[in-house]
Amino acid sequence: MNTLLSRANSLFAFTLSVMAALTLGCILTTAFKDRSAPVSLKVSRVLLKKVEDFTGPRKRSDLGFITFHISADLEKTFDWNVKQLFLYLSAEYSTKSNAVNQVVLWDKILLRGENPKLDLKDVKSKYFFFDDGHGLKGNRNVTLTLSWQVIPIAGILPLVTGSGRVSVPFPDSYEIATAF
Amino acid sequence: MLSLDFLDDVRRMNKRQVRLAAVFAQVPLVLLPLRGLCGPLGQLYYQVLNFGMIVSSALMIWKGLMVITGSESPIVVVLSGSMEPAFHRGDLLFLTNRVEDPIRVGEIVVFRIEGREIPIVHRVLKIHEKQNGHIKFLTKGDNNAVDDRGLYKQGQHWLEKKDVVGRARGFVPYIGIVTILMNDYPKFKYAVLFLLGLFVLVHHSFFNLRGFRFLTISEGAHAQSSSCLSSLAEYRLISSSLVVCGPAQGPASFASSTDALVINRD
Repeated sequence: MNTLLSRANSLFAFTLSVMAALTLGCILTTAFKDRSAPVSLKVSRVLLKKVEDFTGPRKRSDLGFITFHISADLEKTFDWNVKQLFLYLSAEYSTKSNAVNQVVLWDKILLRGENPKLDLKDVKSKYFFFDDGHGLKGNRNVTLTLSWQVIPIAGILPLVTGSGRVSVPFPDSYEIATAF
Repeated sequence: MLSLDFLDDVRRMNKRQVRLAAVFAQVPLVLLPLRGLCGPLGQLYYQVLNFGMIVSSALMIWKGLMVITGSESPIVVVLSGSMEPAFHRGDLLFLTNRVEDPIRVGEIVVFRIEGREIPIVHRVLKIHEKQNGHIKFLTKGDNNAVDDRGLYKQGQHWLEKKDVVGRARGFVPYIGIVTILMNDYPKFKYAVLFLLGLFVLVHHSFFNLRGFRFLTISEGAHAQSSSCLSSLAEYRLISSSLVVCGPAQGPASFASSTDALVINRD
């Protein structure tokens, strides 16, 4: 250990091994944690229209509009290895042409340090709720759930679904009015 | 959790690749008895063997990962900032692509668009799955304002399972920066390779440290292996095979077992 180069070399090697050990420690201590939390969802308004799908394949499809309330306490989900939570509200339903349909209506990024208690009212969907066809008309079993993906500082990326869910019954006829 | 279904993947894998990997693994073992060769030719053989072992181990580990995860590229580096603040440029992602896990919204998928070779890491926004399992889905990057339909091929509105390279299951930050640096600055890549080659040539002796058996005869009470390296300063290298210290062996085995000899006079 008598030259600058050999000292720098061993210092560098030591730093790398300590960082690797820390990363491994972070990963192992949080790998099997339960990340779920109770969620309360409520739907205040539902509207159904039939429009040409301007976001993609140009065929006339059912377009739904939903306004909802979300309330959740995600404080327990944050720990030393969580960088952010990616929350998304998704609607899942089944139609004649497709067995499983899932559409994300709204999402939010919750960074570490931000207020983990959510209490949002009258939220409109961020993304257009187009169906692949006409499966929303009269569909009574459209379920809304709030899920989140835990993005760690290092480690596994789990997807967790909140415990609350709400079923949205869609009307049997299309709305002609243009205002929402 | 560990099922033997992955053996089906082995069967489906490119037969040529599997055979190549198996051959790679055998070559060093076949040549191992030849390490008894002395002199510079034996050294060369040993160098080649060492190099071959390292390369084939790396190849085996990579192919093994490919089979276990089911993905053709189990570790990827994030290249763009379209998933910030979750993933930044230079982060490493570990992917799996198991057939029994269906694609669901919210998952981070790495997919390749037809005709383009660079895979994209984005999140699934919408899925429509038919009864027979055929699924079509739409993706969007967290940091993008719109979904990915502008990125897809002309006329393509949905992605399918065949476009998917894998789904992100694990993540380590920053490590991939080296790959990005090497790609963006090819001079850096050549400099690293050149330095590595130089290091191997100049210090190749130190790689032989454990491979070469040798004998040190010390006159005087102490025969220390730790002082051997300091004795290098006093004695010249014997040909190109370097002398290093090791356990002293009995005189009977001396002739057959040593590759080089150091005489250390205290």
